[in-house]
Amino acid sequence: MTSRDPGTQDPGTQGLDSRALVMARVRRALADVPRAETPGEVPVERTYHRVHGDRTAARTVDLLAENLADYRALVHRADAPSSLPALIARLLGDRGATSVVVPPGLPDSWLSAVPDAVRRVPDTAELTPHDLDAVSSVVTGCAVAIAETGTVVLDAAPDQGRRRITLVPDHHICVIRVTDQVVDSVPEALERLDPARPLTWISGPSATSDIELDRVEGVHGPRTLEVILAGPESAGRS
Amino acid sequence: MSGTHQVHGDQQPSGTQRGAQSGAQRGTHQATYLGMPAFPQAADASTRNTQLRANLRHATHTIRAKRATAVAELDDWSRLRAAGAAIKDRTLRHLDQYLEQLESAVTAAGGQVHWAADADEANRIVTELVRATGEREVVKVKSMATQEIGLNGALATAGITAYETDLAELIVQLGDDLPSHILVPAIHRNRGEIRDIFTEKMSQWGRPAPEGLTDAPADLAEAARLHLREKFLNAKVGISGANFMVAETGTLVVVESEGNGRMCLTLPETLISVVGIEKVVPTFQDLEVFLQLLPRSSTAERMNPYTSTWTGTTDADGPRTFHLVLLDNGRTDTLADTVGRQALRCIRCSACLNVCPVYERAGGHAYGSAYPGPIGAILTPQLRGTQSELDASLPYASSLCGACYEVCPVAIDIPEILVHLRERVVEGGPASVRGTRTVIKPAKGHAAERAAMRAARWALDHPRLLRTGQRLASRTRRFHPRRLPGPGRAWSDTRELPKVPEESFRDWWQRTRGGSGTGSRPEGRKKTT
Repeated sequence: MTSRDPGTQDPGTQGLDSRALVMARVRRALADVPRAETPGEVPVERTYHRVHGDRTAARTVDLLAENLADYRALVHRADAPSSLPALIARLLGDRGATSVVVPPGLPDSWLSAVPDAVRRVPDTAELTPHDLDAVSSVVTGCAVAIAETGTVVLDAAPDQGRRRITLVPDHHICVIRVTDQVVDSVPEALERLDPARPLTWISGPSATSDIELDRVEGVHGPRTLEVILAGPESAGRS
Repeated sequence: MSGTHQVHGDQQPSGTQRGAQSGAQRGTHQATYLGMPAFPQAADASTRNTQLRANLRHATHTIRAKRATAVAELDDWSRLRAAGAAIKDRTLRHLDQYLEQLESAVTAAGGQVHWAADADEANRIVTELVRATGEREVVKVKSMATQEIGLNGALATAGITAYETDLAELIVQLGDDLPSHILVPAIHRNRGEIRDIFTEKMSQWGRPAPEGLTDAPADLAEAARLHLREKFLNAKVGISGANFMVAETGTLVVVESEGNGRMCLTLPETLISVVGIEKVVPTFQDLEVFLQLLPRSSTAERMNPYTSTWTGTTDADGPRTFHLVLLDNGRTDTLADTVGRQALRCIRCSACLNVCPVYERAGGHAYGSAYPGPIGAILTPQLRGTQSELDASLPYASSLCGACYEVCPVAIDIPEILVHLRERVVEGGPASVRGTRTVIKPAKGHAAERAAMRAARWALDHPRLLRTGQRLASRTRRFHPRRLPGPGRAWSDTRELPKVPEESFRDWWQRTRGGSGTGSRPEGRKKTT
């Protein structure tokens, strides 16, 4: 505990450890709050909207695409049956990727069309940040996507891997299953997420407004974020 | 180590080796808010800086318009705002319960919780935790709490170098400067100045700026990316604050844009988060309100690029060791003031700075703390008390126009608290200082104001005397000075003295009966005429 001027010593708290000291100060500061009051008695009116506007499912996916693109994510659609593997292979090819990080639970079919020359780097505990820095790209799934804000949320599930693999490589391809992973709003997304898992909410590639409050895309996180909106048949058979 | 670092822009040989000692040298020289002059003196100087004013005007006006657009997208903004305020009020009124709940949840999830009554204690805890890792370098996410306690200086004294990784904080650190804005600490610098700082200083801290660096924001961001990359990849200890802590689950939340936050939160082996006790919210669901309010208010985005949440530690993913340092440092004093308490709702969005006419002209440094602008004018005098000349001057750093209250996403009535704190400065009275109820003495500088108010009260209680005085003032009006003499001089430096009319209202009324000439006198006026 900090040594203090005896004149300003908290009354009755000499010798307390800091936890007890801070808690005693908090309780004294709240002398005006009736003892019988419970937190639930302090009213919180949740009259805000659960969803802004009324949309069809298809329109929600369109809005997600618009908002992702508005913050400079590159948005692609894979609707036709078995079109997803070819699309992923093309995006990696266009990028000139020579290696790709693969989360442990990524469906096998997703990378089935990627040439063998592109080295698969499994997401293992031995992978150092320097190793990751030398990898071209990463392909993952996601936990949920939010249309109103243009956000994808990763929860480190097996098809997404550890947080670092979507951070250090400069190119991230993220696949969203439109049938069951797209929600309208922030409240709907939170409901689906497990707070015990580490969550990463991503809305466009990294950006900064630190120079004259002018937005510039591409700082430390992946500078290229490609999002694939995948239809139900697009992955083909795993 | 070839030579030590100088504070005021002396050139250094490029490629200087970094090391613990150089870090300590750099750090101990760093700029500080200590001993800064009172707001009027500081603002008197800063408002003459035309470059600063141009930079601030450009930046604040840009973000103002964007924020208004982002907020207008949500037709339930006022309801979200009310809910945000209510959730914070609920938390504050039962803060003891929520802190205990938070502590158990964080501990259960594998984190270690520490308590710091003041800045010194927090600095000591963090320094010991870093020492225990054996590391001499740490990477930092931008954090208001660690700015407030001066953590970087404390670490430097202990021989530990803290690297700021937020772009604006990097600009401030490289420039031996102080932050002047909550969201964009280098808002007072324009792109040309930033280019010069990078070109001149980056080599002293690590990878030099690229040859021929331009002042295009994209190029400057790229230079920062390259400069910080090696630090992220090698970092063993990360230090952060947090935007929110969820009591129910023990989850911490960091809202950011650049990815430097993700780097510091996930790559190091040890993570130390220093967070003010008021940052707790009751439930995970409550985030649905703040994750809508904060991005739109601060960067005018539907959502910021990256938000990270973590609960304790996770096997094989992210830091193996997580320490949470809960900071009081004047927050319980603020909590004890039933008028000022609402300042603890603040989510540090900085919308109030961007709309403030005083901030726009005076700049952030004039406020003499990590918290500038309207929120700083009410937060700093509550966290630090009003004893120093600077802190006593802050409640006056406002025209009370109310724009700050209007944009505040958690509805903090900043003008109300400003007036309340002015009263405390002038009249003194009961307040909590470092946890102890005390009676503050009236500030010395306001003796004349108090005397004038006492005289006014007395005169207004004596109508006959008031009338005589008013008539005398009217008759002598030609001889009135344009500025007040004696202690009133300072007041009339920046204000026009009101002109005394030829005839007082009451004399006019008595003469003309309100201009109607009927002679009937309204009821209730008799005793005052």
